[in-house]
Amino acid sequence: MNSPLLRVTDLRLGFAAGRQTLLAVDGISFEVGAGETFALLGESGCGKSATAQGIMRLLPAAGRIVGGSVELAGRELLSLPEADMRSVRGARMAMIFQEPATSLNPVLTVGQQIGEVLARHRHLTGEPARQRMLELLRQVGIADPDRRLTEYPFQLSGGMKQRVMIAIALAGEPDLLIADEPTTALDVTVQAQILDLLVRLQTERGMGMLLITHDLGVVARVAHRVGVMYAGELVEVAPREAFFTNPRHPYTRALFAALPEVSRRGGALTTIPGQVPSLDHMPAGCRFADRCRYVTPLSRDHSPPWRMLSDGHKVRCFYEGGMAEEAPHGETVLPPLAADTAPILDVRDLKVHFPIRRGILQRTVGHVKAVDGVSLSLSPGRTLALVGESGCGKTTVGKAILQLIQPTGGQVKLNGSELVGMPAGRLQGMRRHLQMVFQDPFASLNPRLRVGEIIAEGMAALGVVAGGRERAAAVAILLEQVGLPAEAVGRYPHEFSGGQRQRIAIARALAVQPEVLVCDEPTSALDVSVQAQILNLLKSLQESLGVAYLFITHNFAVVEYLAHEVAVMYLGRIVERGSADEVLRSPKHPYTRALLSAVPQPRLEGQGPVIKLGGETPSPANPPAGCHFHPRCPNVMEVCRSVWPASTQHGATQTVACHLYK
Amino acid sequence: MLAYIVRRLLYAIPILIGVNLLTFALFFVVNTPDDMARMQLGVKRVTPEAIQKWKAERGYDKPLLWNSQAPGAGALTDTIFFDKSARMFVGDFGRAEDGRDIALEIKGRMLPSLAVQLPNFILGLFVTIIFALTLAFFRATAFDFWGVVLCVVMMSISSLFYIIGGQYLVSKVWRLVPISGFGEGLDAWRFLVLPVVVGVISGIGSSTRLYRTIFLEEVGKDYIRTARAKGLPETVVFLRHLLRNALIPILTGVVVVIPSLFMGALITESFFGIPGLGSYTIDAIKAQDFAVVRSMVFIGAVLYIIGLILTDISYSIADPRIRLK
Amino acid sequence: MPFQIVILWSDVLVWLLVAACLGFGFVITRTEHLLAAWRRVGKSRIGMAAATVLMVFGVIGLLDSLHYRLRLEGEADKPTVYSIEVLSVLDTVASPVRTRNEKTYSAPFATRLYAKETIDLPGGGQTRGYPRLKYGGAHLGGDEARLPADVARKAAMGFVLAVLTWCGMAALVTMGVGKREGVGRSEAWRRIWQGETHFSWNALLMTAGGLMALILPLLSLAGYYHVFGTDKVGQDVLYQVLKSVRTGLIIGLVTTLVMLPVAVLMGIVAGYFRGWVDDLIQYIYTVLSSIPGVLLIAAAVLMMQVVIDTHPEWFATAAERADLRLLALCFILGITSWTSLCRLLRGETLKLRELEYIQAAQAFGVSSWRIILRHILPNLMHIVVITLVMDFSGLVLAEAVLSYIDIGVDPNTISFGTMINNARLELGREPVVWWSLAAAFAAMLMLVLAANLFADVVRDAFDPRAV
Repeated sequence: MNSPLLRVTDLRLGFAAGRQTLLAVDGISFEVGAGETFALLGESGCGKSATAQGIMRLLPAAGRIVGGSVELAGRELLSLPEADMRSVRGARMAMIFQEPATSLNPVLTVGQQIGEVLARHRHLTGEPARQRMLELLRQVGIADPDRRLTEYPFQLSGGMKQRVMIAIALAGEPDLLIADEPTTALDVTVQAQILDLLVRLQTERGMGMLLITHDLGVVARVAHRVGVMYAGELVEVAPREAFFTNPRHPYTRALFAALPEVSRRGGALTTIPGQVPSLDHMPAGCRFADRCRYVTPLSRDHSPPWRMLSDGHKVRCFYEGGMAEEAPHGETVLPPLAADTAPILDVRDLKVHFPIRRGILQRTVGHVKAVDGVSLSLSPGRTLALVGESGCGKTTVGKAILQLIQPTGGQVKLNGSELVGMPAGRLQGMRRHLQMVFQDPFASLNPRLRVGEIIAEGMAALGVVAGGRERAAAVAILLEQVGLPAEAVGRYPHEFSGGQRQRIAIARALAVQPEVLVCDEPTSALDVSVQAQILNLLKSLQESLGVAYLFITHNFAVVEYLAHEVAVMYLGRIVERGSADEVLRSPKHPYTRALLSAVPQPRLEGQGPVIKLGGETPSPANPPAGCHFHPRCPNVMEVCRSVWPASTQHGATQTVACHLYK
Repeated sequence: MLAYIVRRLLYAIPILIGVNLLTFALFFVVNTPDDMARMQLGVKRVTPEAIQKWKAERGYDKPLLWNSQAPGAGALTDTIFFDKSARMFVGDFGRAEDGRDIALEIKGRMLPSLAVQLPNFILGLFVTIIFALTLAFFRATAFDFWGVVLCVVMMSISSLFYIIGGQYLVSKVWRLVPISGFGEGLDAWRFLVLPVVVGVISGIGSSTRLYRTIFLEEVGKDYIRTARAKGLPETVVFLRHLLRNALIPILTGVVVVIPSLFMGALITESFFGIPGLGSYTIDAIKAQDFAVVRSMVFIGAVLYIIGLILTDISYSIADPRIRLK
Repeated sequence: MPFQIVILWSDVLVWLLVAACLGFGFVITRTEHLLAAWRRVGKSRIGMAAATVLMVFGVIGLLDSLHYRLRLEGEADKPTVYSIEVLSVLDTVASPVRTRNEKTYSAPFATRLYAKETIDLPGGGQTRGYPRLKYGGAHLGGDEARLPADVARKAAMGFVLAVLTWCGMAALVTMGVGKREGVGRSEAWRRIWQGETHFSWNALLMTAGGLMALILPLLSLAGYYHVFGTDKVGQDVLYQVLKSVRTGLIIGLVTTLVMLPVAVLMGIVAGYFRGWVDDLIQYIYTVLSSIPGVLLIAAAVLMMQVVIDTHPEWFATAAERADLRLLALCFILGITSWTSLCRLLRGETLKLRELEYIQAAQAFGVSSWRIILRHILPNLMHIVVITLVMDFSGLVLAEAVLSYIDIGVDPNTISFGTMINNARLELGREPVVWWSLAAAFAAMLMLVLAANLFADVVRDAFDPRAV
């Protein structure tokens, strides 16, 4: 048998903290063959990125390689002198990173940044180098490469930047490509393009690829083999088929079960209790023991050895018995919407335009039409999902509804009262009916206030509960409702994990007993298992309190699981809306269809053909004429270029703004 | 880009008017010309006539803002404000206590000031950036640690000490260069060496530390990691990738002072007897020559504002994100 | 009463400052993130070493901030008259060095003047020579050859005293640590020196030891000799150094304190409310900062001098006038230096106001001022603390320069600047009179270096990015 391209044996990496070194990666071993994609899967903090950086020997300043071996095509890397390592980096193996926006040097042109790899490793300069660069840019799918060579990173869109990163990585013609979350920062339609590109390049060149990801869907789309990491250790390694059909480690199974999907609607998602242990408090035995439903005294005290299951499928777990089906939830019927229920929130033709000022006198020369005529309605106790990619204006809609941003036009009616232009004094009274949960649980809680003060803030400001003692009692009830211990009152936000912080934020919003809660991507910053906890919480709160959610998201899985109705937004306008069933099962608008097809599904089957969208979302400062979507639309017609399509009704609830449907 | 510069220039006008009003208030409203006269004349010679004469000689005997006796536009122009403050906009600074024309004096003294300040500035920048880059290159080593310690110690020493110590050691003990003075033409270099060297050394501590912090901030950025992942040697990473980016924040503090180099260095010039604007200012302050101080305040502000505009321009040269927008 | 308490305006501010520090200390003990930051400072060895040095300077400054006037001896039936001279507690403590003035220059540890004079010989007749000092080494009598031995003996005694004091102090600390951490004394001792305590006792003890080994021998000598020499009018240089400390501290602290409220308020208001308020505040600070600092200070100080000189009736004593001038200088320095902090705070506020927790508060309709107080100000405190400590050393250094240009403190106020300014003129003398200058620079270096090191530690401890 040939030796594999990359062989990692018992690699241990740590980070210096004071006088000690905390192990972030504790003895992992795996191999990547030529022409093979090996995915390293895990949630944040499991050590997967450190592994990638350790293989490249590019750990941050505090990072230490503690032990083990990394062999690239039979050559040991960890003992190489730094000078020799440099001729390996970029030439034999190359790396692309998560954030294309910051990973490129902002003051050098694309050509300069690719060119230095060619000069360093291929000894190409001048015209041959230029020709090679053009070829590389064409290979990574960049149109007009001549022009792009002289451009700076800020002139490129996010997907284009990642393509340039890939071109830089390919310039040295590496045998191994390490991709560290290459699509996490990108929109789903762009993610589909980049994943396709990576798969194509890999097959063409027969490269080995080490893919670092947290997304089961991405794994399903590109990986040949998968390694699951948990708390610095590999816990399961399996070929793709075995991984998706028969995952064996309890952690792997829990990851699958925590995914929100339409099949789990109506039921609660399986969650993993507790949190990943911190680096300085690693359990002695199996590291998953504290959170595992199959935990035994043996696994608490002893780290389980590898157990071979079938060819190439191995797992580190003592438990050999059968596994209970994790999510036996059938599709429960959602409570039917009473037709005569008046909407509690009614948005008509909402517009938010930001002026663009230019010239000597800073005159307004145009407007960024962040939101350009959005209409929505939300009934009590229901969930409306507002879906769209980054920059489509969905967050602005949420803030404009709360009057945190002054709308330029349109109406926002809450319980029949018009909020736009309402005097501040009366608006104050309306605020208790309408609240918001923000995206980033780390930015949405004031680090200087105690949890109790944070939750009580709204009650005090709106006078919902008067008196200190009553307020303290109310805070205690709220903490219990969102599943936090009572002693959290006196602690500070930084003592809590991301999921717990989001619970605090939800408690803060609920404190004033709102009827409508605007949730702005409340789970996008969280790991899958934590996301499941928050979704369960939101769902149970809706059932017990009857709150209506306007759920702003880019994640279709969440929509499928949670939403009653869906509105799809593109460039400041809603292109399709209707009940979740109708829109998700039979999407009409080409954009909705493309969006749905681009979502990577975390299973073997159902990887339908992706509807390719060219390019990326244009700037809302200068939207295309006619239908905003026409430059990217696969079904574009002549009329689309000049006329914005009127909405047409389909089925019971579905309306679509597209010329295809007349 | 051009529109941007024009806008900045227009914005400078209200700022200059503000500076002008502020100095006017400080020099003529806080204390009346009578107060100044009393102070200048000394207690013994104060008589109402002497005060009147003193004021008349200097044109301070007019009303401050509004001359109701003067005909027509004279009501506005025949005032202290118009004479002493507004006319500074056209370069008319009036006369000093010794009767010389201030504008003329300033013209003659700019070059000696620049002769000290320019080499000081360029050399200082060069030395500190190299030093800071070296420290950042050897970050987290003993060299870096002791380098920073040296910087902190150097910035804790009074600038007066560098001057006095330098003069004592180099000029008095070793007798290498003259202790102070200034020469004509190329001969001046003998007088310039010491002030320049002392100026550079006294500035090393704080600037090096600042630049090192800026460099270290850049070292942690993602694009540096990308550059390393390309297999580039660390020297290339530093000189090609890091320095270009770090230059942008460094420019903020550096370019703005370039026009002010004309103003000279107060202490240095006074100690080394260089007939520049710095020593001119100091002499005026010591002699309480209000007209000169007022003029220097105004010129200083003008130069600073020019520096701000230059900073903006230099940004756009260094940063393609601004240049191409 | 044999004396009358005099409260100078700067004393008021100094003691207000002390009160504010105590109040702030109380707030710190109740606010977790501040406590954590200060614990990080306490853990830093450099920080605690610098703090120990600063503490010594602080004590000197505080002793020098309690002022009084002695009652003059007079007849019983006349109204009590108090001396025109305002003294401080420090003056009393240091009266041996304060009162024993020589005629003119004398070198450190000299027994004779630095300048030749015509001396009357006891038996009649005159000679040119270096006359004997009135006080310096007077106890030696005619036996001046004994001087080195005497100095060595007294210094050794002081050193022994220092060692004893230090041992006592170390024992106390060990006992305290042992009690607090619940371990025996030998274990506590080991922990202190292995740096395993939460507070850097080892650095504190080391620095305190070093300082005592330096100060106590000096003190035991200061009663007999002019350890740093005397200046032109025969005043002891050690006394001048001690007096300069208060001036330096006031300039360094009061200035920042004066500008702090303005800078914080304007910065936050500009950043939070935006719009025309922002434009106006930006305009004000751009105007102020476009005038070169020294020139603005010079202009303001000149004008202040005119005011002071034309109103002699405002001041009862020369000390009061000098004091007011010192404070005015602080105000002027404050006015010229608030702009950078204001700009910094405005920028930070602009970032903060976009944060989601501010928007969450806005969604509750919390009033703007309450948002500023509860959400913005506490999140800017680290910048304020960092500025306070970082500016201190710069201001102390600036005082020296300003005094040189005659726009610093009153020429009668003893400060590092006036000391340097006076001594500088004597550098041309042969042989050089170096001690005044050396003492001023050395003391200033010690103060500023300690302040800079401390500021670095504080900045690292408070910088949210560093955590």
